[in-house]
Amino acid sequence: MEKNNTVLDIQNLKLYFRTTRGTVQAVDGVDFKLKTNQAVVVVGESGCGKTSLSKAVLRLLPRNVEHYSGKVYLNDIETMSLDDEEYRKQIRWVKMSLVPQAAMNALNPVIRVGEQVAEPMSVHYGVKKEEALQQAIKMFQHVGVPVDFINRYPFELSGGMRQRVALAMALVTAPDLVILDEPTSALDVLTQANIFNLLKRIKSEMATSFVLITHDIATSSELADRVAVMYAGQIVEVADSSRFFKEPRHPYSAKLMASVPRLRGNDEPDFITGQPPSLINPPTGCRFAARCPRRFERCSEEPPVTKIGDDVVKCWLNV
Amino acid sequence: MEKEITQEKSAPQAIDQKSRDGVLLEVNDLHVWFELRRFGFGHAGYVRAVDGVNFDLKDGQTIAIVGESGCGKTSLMRTILRLNHPTKGEVIFDGKVINNLKPSELKDYRSLLGYVQQDPYGALPPFMTVRNILEEPLRVNGIKDKTELFNRVKKSLEEVKMSPAEEFMPKFPHQLSGGQQQRVVIARAMIMNPRMLIADEPVSMLDASVRVEILKLLRNLQESHNLGVIYITHDLSTVRYFSEKIFVMYAGQLIERGNVSQVLNNTKHPYTFALLEATSDPDARNALVQKEIPPGEPPSLVKPPAGCRFHPRCPHMIEGLCNVEEPPDYEPEPGHFVACWLLK
Repeated sequence: MEKNNTVLDIQNLKLYFRTTRGTVQAVDGVDFKLKTNQAVVVVGESGCGKTSLSKAVLRLLPRNVEHYSGKVYLNDIETMSLDDEEYRKQIRWVKMSLVPQAAMNALNPVIRVGEQVAEPMSVHYGVKKEEALQQAIKMFQHVGVPVDFINRYPFELSGGMRQRVALAMALVTAPDLVILDEPTSALDVLTQANIFNLLKRIKSEMATSFVLITHDIATSSELADRVAVMYAGQIVEVADSSRFFKEPRHPYSAKLMASVPRLRGNDEPDFITGQPPSLINPPTGCRFAARCPRRFERCSEEPPVTKIGDDVVKCWLNV
Repeated sequence: MEKEITQEKSAPQAIDQKSRDGVLLEVNDLHVWFELRRFGFGHAGYVRAVDGVNFDLKDGQTIAIVGESGCGKTSLMRTILRLNHPTKGEVIFDGKVINNLKPSELKDYRSLLGYVQQDPYGALPPFMTVRNILEEPLRVNGIKDKTELFNRVKKSLEEVKMSPAEEFMPKFPHQLSGGQQQRVVIARAMIMNPRMLIADEPVSMLDASVRVEILKLLRNLQESHNLGVIYITHDLSTVRYFSEKIFVMYAGQLIERGNVSQVLNNTKHPYTFALLEATSDPDARNALVQKEIPPGEPPSLVKPPAGCRFHPRCPHMIEGLCNVEEPPDYEPEPGHFVACWLLK
């Protein structure tokens, strides 16, 4: 029924890492859905597991994984049951691609940017080099990089241009879903606004869906249809952006929103006292309880996930 | 000891020096150019990082310098700290030209300044404990008494709300969170009781949830110590909570200067407009509209464009004027200076 227009469906995804000090529960039972041609923003403080979530979805796992489970449906294909080779052939960069964190430094410094953008086409679709380069040129035009930059090396481009190249590389295979991990955090404000203009245009022209991972709530609103708030490895709230930016439901979301300095309006920004808990031995019960201004006795028990329409919130106050 | 006295008497002193109108720092027509060399020798032009900057800072005043990376704001700050040498122009601190200070004078000068770096983890030596880090500036300035060292370190840690101070002293930087590291950096900047603080993007590396906390801490310190503060940032949304004046910098020049309300509510320069337009507030409606942002990137500082340096990107460019002659500073309202031909 509604499955048809769901591009990504994550169910109870877990990713734990083994370290010398114990098991880090970086992603601990994450559920959410994303509809086709929508953008979901995953926000949270650093160390809350946002980047691990993107790695878990794309299966780009480091060696010290202790536990990796759950279900990830991408356009009704269950990707977790595929083996690594099938996953590489069918999913990664074919259906789903990534713009990594600090993408401007993620380019290979000794290969011309044109070839780097063309590479996914030849690797995944086996097209000839010239054809792949043609495709790359098309992508360059799409993301607003002058076509004659194709023979340049990454160091010859500015940060904003490199970011666009990384984006072109993620889009060249026309995937259904692009995961953007802090795509603009290293860029200047004007460049950042230009990149978001571009992302909006691509979203409407190519019908791509986006997962945007960021800690910058103000700029995330430039792209968001849905907002997912992550805290200590768990999703504590998922809501429509129109609702979320006005009136978040979870106390953590509310505090997070209040901590955003605003250019317009007169509210004094607030801050969240204390620090997020360690993911090695997360506290029992609600993980935000220790910093929550509205905690009460029940918060020592794990709060259930409450559905309110399409939205989800994990807090005793909303039960 | 002497520092303590200067600090307590800073207010009456400002009145004494009425002739200077309480001006703490004066920057006159400052140019900082870096020579480019071909193959390590042979002249290949200059990078004009700072090109004709004028402003002054009064005792206890906070100014924000806003601009994109590469606009010269860090070079300007490093020149005020005398880490760079001015090519032309003067920096006058407390009535004294600091261009050609001798090394011994430089040490005294720098003890009057506090510097808060952008990346706290990079700014703290990883092999030193918090206590050693904070003791170092005191030792360098000749304080040897152990109890005094301990007491000053303790006091400065408490001032940045790191208590119990004794618990943090034996820790190494990696054992602290980002916010705590930045507090140590601030404590180190404050430990010599400076008269001026230079904060270079002090919160850009921190999580959103602690940014405001650190900014409030800086503001409290500024008020309680009557510090002059230069706050360097690219984020206009934090400026409002922090400073009295905003200077907007583009390609090595200050293009708009004024009080916060003048610059934010009565914006005159097209570049400042663009910066304001690009700064988002969290609002779901943002996703529905494209922003009007000037295309392109800031110019090369080796060969800046003739005339107004913003003209290649400016939507209101006047042919034959903006691309030929450099605009002078216009003053549309008292204290608000704008270098733009649109105000002619």
